[in-house]
Amino acid sequence: MKTEISFFLNGSKVIVPVDGHHCLIDILRGPLGLTGTNEGCREGECGACTVIVDGLAVNSCLYPALEAEGKNITTIEGLQGPGNELSLIQQAFVDNGAIQCGFCTPGMIMSAKALLDSNPDPSEEDILEALLGNLCRCTGYVQIVDAVKQAADKLKDKS
Amino acid sequence: MKEFRYMGKDIPRPDAADKASGKAHYIHDLERPGMLYGKIKFSDHPHARIKHIDTSKAERLVGVKTVITGYNTPEIRIGFLRDNFAVKRDKVRQYRDEIAAVAASDPDIAAEAVELIEVEYEPLPGVFSPKEAMKKGVPLVHEIGPDGKPKTDNLVPLVYHHESGDMDTGKREAKFMAEGEYSTPRVQQCCMGTAGCIAEFDTNNNLTLWAKTQIPFLAQRDFNRALREMGLQGKNTRIIIPTLGGGFGTGLDTHAYEYIAILLAHQTGRPVKVLYTRDEEFAYLSPRQSSQTKIIQGCDEEGRLSFRHVEVLQDNGAYTSWGATYPTVMMMPATSLYRVSNICFDAKLIYTNNTYCQAMRGYGNPEHTWALESNMDKLAEEAGIDPYEFRLINCNEPGDTTPMGLKISTCGLRDCIENVAKKLDWKKKRGKGKFRGVGMASLIHVGGGARIYRSDASGLILKLDDFGNVNVYHGGVEMGQGLHSVLTLGVAEALGIRPEKVFINPTDTGTCPWDVGTHASRGAFMACNAAIIAADKLRKEIFEYAEELFPKEVEKNLNKYVKKNPDYKPPDFNVEKEAKQDRFELCDGFIFIKDAPQESWLRLELGRLLRAIHFRSQGQMLTTEVFYDPHNELPDFDKGYGNISATYAYGTQGAEVEVDIETGQVKILRMVAAHDVGKVLNPLALKGQIYGALAQGVGYALYENLESQEGKILNPNFRDYKIPRVSEMTFPIDLEFIETDDSLGPFGAKGVAEPGLVPTAPAIANAIYDAVGIRIHELPITPQKLLAELKKLGKTKK
Repeated sequence: MKTEISFFLNGSKVIVPVDGHHCLIDILRGPLGLTGTNEGCREGECGACTVIVDGLAVNSCLYPALEAEGKNITTIEGLQGPGNELSLIQQAFVDNGAIQCGFCTPGMIMSAKALLDSNPDPSEEDILEALLGNLCRCTGYVQIVDAVKQAADKLKDKS
Repeated sequence: MKEFRYMGKDIPRPDAADKASGKAHYIHDLERPGMLYGKIKFSDHPHARIKHIDTSKAERLVGVKTVITGYNTPEIRIGFLRDNFAVKRDKVRQYRDEIAAVAASDPDIAAEAVELIEVEYEPLPGVFSPKEAMKKGVPLVHEIGPDGKPKTDNLVPLVYHHESGDMDTGKREAKFMAEGEYSTPRVQQCCMGTAGCIAEFDTNNNLTLWAKTQIPFLAQRDFNRALREMGLQGKNTRIIIPTLGGGFGTGLDTHAYEYIAILLAHQTGRPVKVLYTRDEEFAYLSPRQSSQTKIIQGCDEEGRLSFRHVEVLQDNGAYTSWGATYPTVMMMPATSLYRVSNICFDAKLIYTNNTYCQAMRGYGNPEHTWALESNMDKLAEEAGIDPYEFRLINCNEPGDTTPMGLKISTCGLRDCIENVAKKLDWKKKRGKGKFRGVGMASLIHVGGGARIYRSDASGLILKLDDFGNVNVYHGGVEMGQGLHSVLTLGVAEALGIRPEKVFINPTDTGTCPWDVGTHASRGAFMACNAAIIAADKLRKEIFEYAEELFPKEVEKNLNKYVKKNPDYKPPDFNVEKEAKQDRFELCDGFIFIKDAPQESWLRLELGRLLRAIHFRSQGQMLTTEVFYDPHNELPDFDKGYGNISATYAYGTQGAEVEVDIETGQVKILRMVAAHDVGKVLNPLALKGQIYGALAQGVGYALYENLESQEGKILNPNFRDYKIPRVSEMTFPIDLEFIETDDSLGPFGAKGVAEPGLVPTAPAIANAIYDAVGIRIHELPITPQKLLAELKKLGKTKK
């Protein structure tokens, strides 16, 4: 039995039919065709599927799709500016060598964005806490943490 | 050393922006028109006869297109020894044995259908440890060997042995000896992107497979053989590699799930995707083998190693993958890490009813170095020599030929050891107690390819277009490690164009030349050496054409320039006379004559020249192909002798740790990783390789363990199988890159992908011993194990 829900996705209103057992990731990757959000474990342990719902980083593999009704949702596809311009955080990941296989990257970036949106001047502990739910097997995290620090500095300079 | 334009610079990888914006497409994201979803029914027993399979309920489910078993499909033998089968008949030998599979219009229906398959078994007693499986009269995992003859034991029929010097002499010369048995667990590669493929047949029954593989061309051979076994004589497989969510060795074999996708696609005439879930990845994809290593070494009064005797026992699991060739790599540290002349090495692999194992980063080397370097510290203690000094006494040097016949061209080991000691403040911190300690361990690994197959070659095509771009076709696999990053820079550097004009095409057996596979840290070494040769050929061709065309084109430049600047007086320079092949240079995409006046009109954009070559009578497009086969030898593995690699990578890692004696927790305070990399090609990528490998080494040392009970995996998820999180990687890591500028390495470089995790565990273990005087012989070094030993020694307060 499908229910139609509507929400704001990357700034635009969308209307999608959802099944009761669907999670947010199913409708993002399925009918909405946004495959940038990756499914790594489907049990909220790896964070590859992280998106931002009303300002909070959530695991979209656990978030019931029906709960999305009326919410403001940002996925990795919503970060770039016009002409494919990368956001500051994305650029910092690129410049710091924070990306290898890239499967965890969209989730990492979304966790970092949720942090910096709410806390523009994070301490190292804040960064570690924000990324704690995101697993990466390639990088050893060093360059990822460097990237978030650099993005925070650049955002501060900009504001 | 030569100055480079792009090599050695922090240049971001070419695929980074797409990966940062969700535009990289993994197998998870790919769909084909009309595609079906495959799902596999795995065994419910570790060892049993299959009495009956009832698929009728599954077949009746709406949306199910086909259900296959071993009884309605041809037998396809797979694996390194071809002792495995795509779909099992008669008998299962492990919990993950594939009994049946479904193709359905939707993944949920496929999963539901698999639940409806009913299998009647006759359970058999199993064997679950190598030692148990070697006893007389125990159940046989395979009654018939791969050679078709009856088997009488559970020994895998592969021989790995090396003997050199004389063990009796070595023992006589030894004043001090140290003996120990060290073991390592099964660990999972944990690629963030799980395994999967899409199989699709065209109407002529040729197959296209989108695969998560590291060996596209060996896989093509395997799958073409399967097509023959399916009755499709002479048909071909084309393998296309999508973006890979990690590899770490999981792609070095072809897997049953791939053959099952092929069978389902052939039966239905539709594309079929099989994609593992995370729990399937943990339970049904082969992990790194566990190992047990007995080692005894001795040294003379001065601390010089006099002999080394090693016996390795590995749990092969139920079938044999390429991972069963781990001992070929183990022989390398056994014979060639530090100078020792009297050696005996022996490795056995034993069939059990555990999950069968496969390759993982390091390929036997982390297992073996764990034993060897733990035991080196023990021997140093016996001899009363500081372990740092002990390693320097026995250090390998450039020009050595080791007992295995490895020709050590360049060797930065001494520098690595000294750098680690310096950075760790060794003299001040070693042996100071207070539950803090420092330790180190070294490594040798192949750094110039590894000939474990009859060819170790790598082909590469460079295709220039009309715009001065170069399209690169290479059979190596980018799985995240940065191969395409260094290949882009290698092509740009060697050809003389800007990196943004280099386009690496997706790896595809239909368009790329043959490559043996991306393993053994060989990707950058092979691809960049091939690129250098190909670029040299292209430059020669370009300069040949330039002799004729350059003067005409720059004359057009000059005319334009004079039109704009009527007062301009060109310098006295006879272009036609000076335009000789050997006088040209190509740099940043511009051709010019060396030592010519610095006039802008005397520089010709490469695209202009290429168009001049193309658009005329008898025009030409420039493309070149090379097939680079490195200077190394296929060893005789029965004798354990041969120069397997063109060069060898050395390294040393050091750790400073603190042990909490109340909890047994080990806190890493600092690590130093000093690696002989030959030459730093891309610092960003290199750091990422070492940091990432070191993190895997930390997991291996302290907590990773794929646990199983009677063959059943007990922790198939990230809740129960712990890999390092960001909070565990907060200690400072000093990276020291030793540049030995290897003459056979591209731009002087050696392979670096695996070394970073090889010595991590023994370095940490040696530091723990320094801190609390306890040596754990069995990885991982969990708080429980440490606490138990601390209690025995009365070191806890309780």
